[in-house]
Amino acid sequence: MTAKPPFIPPPHFTLHPTNLPLPPTTPPPKMKILTTNYLTCALRACKSHPSSFPLHFRDAELQQDSLPFNAAFIANILPRIDWPALLTTATELGFTGLPAEKPDLLATAEMEADEGVGRELHRILLETQVVEGKLVCGNCGHEYAIHQGIANFLLPGHLV
Amino acid sequence: MDIVDPEEYEASHVHRVYEHIAPHFSATRFKPWPIVEKFLCNLPIGAVGLDVGCGNGKYLTVNPNVFIVGSDRSSSLIGIARGRKIQDSFVADALDLPHPDSRFDFAISIAVIHHFSSPERRCHALKSILATLKVPNDNSDGGRALIYVWALEQKNSRRGWDEGDQQDVFVPWVMSKQFSSTNAKAKGKGRDEKLTYMRYYHLYRKGELEADIARAGGRVQESGYEKDNWWAICGPVR
Repeated sequence: MTAKPPFIPPPHFTLHPTNLPLPPTTPPPKMKILTTNYLTCALRACKSHPSSFPLHFRDAELQQDSLPFNAAFIANILPRIDWPALLTTATELGFTGLPAEKPDLLATAEMEADEGVGRELHRILLETQVVEGKLVCGNCGHEYAIHQGIANFLLPGHLV
Repeated sequence: MDIVDPEEYEASHVHRVYEHIAPHFSATRFKPWPIVEKFLCNLPIGAVGLDVGCGNGKYLTVNPNVFIVGSDRSSSLIGIARGRKIQDSFVADALDLPHPDSRFDFAISIAVIHHFSSPERRCHALKSILATLKVPNDNSDGGRALIYVWALEQKNSRRGWDEGDQQDVFVPWVMSKQFSSTNAKAKGKGRDEKLTYMRYYHLYRKGELEADIARAGGRVQESGYEKDNWWAICGPVR
């Protein structure tokens, strides 16, 4: 058994400081990478354009959390993931450890392994979280802000 | 009822109201409704879904083995929901959901659709929810959505509305003093005066939710009445 490798941030983003000015009972808000696999532009007209998915990160400020590993959850979420979109997002954020093709439903032994794809998916999808930054539509160029971990998808016409 | 600008109308009589009452509203919303709880708990492990109009996020943690993405029009309520650990939530409009089509196993929208102030907008909201769900095929049943709306027929409730009454109504929210912001207090005339906010609702009559779902292109699988609300489980057609 080898220890979990330490998280090394890629050069173009910075780790968020852990001393967030939040009350101790409130966990710091943030957005999981898994969620971004399910997000596209809010404009209906963009949805039919392949370039609107996935949204692209700009100035992402990430934080690495430690969450309990749930092998069954990862195995069941895997068939639901859009793999090419995840590869795009992961590459943009500096994670290069994922295979080019979606792995077959992983055997439990492989899922549990310290260095396996299951752990890597857990690390990227659930433990890596976005605190600040923007998500940008590749079709219309609209930027959706993420501030204090909360993304805002209201379109300009709605901003009262 | 004829509303000239439904969008502006909802901004005044729904969105701004929730921005003001969010902490008090949230403090009264903590117990999951049994049918919603059952729907969420029967989902397979790893299922991915949406909570459209998630409010304070009380349903986001009912089943920790599924992944729910919550959204709400009210940034104040999302500010409260963000404390929920496992799941994500953000600010979005149900009419412009930022999700790809046909990817989700399930969706819930609890006490949300009744805040849209025209038949077209209610139909539009149902359409956008249905569009996110997996389309049924030979190998799978497709995604399912659970929708709840307030019923017109509730003669034994505190409000006492019943069949034949006006369906487009203002419902007062009386803000208890402990939740009033200092700014709101300063605006109040007396120190003991409570602030009352009026929220717009369209009260659904029997059969109307099913008809709206059909008009939005969905298929109703189950429907019923529970505690002053009409509910339906529906999905997209093949």
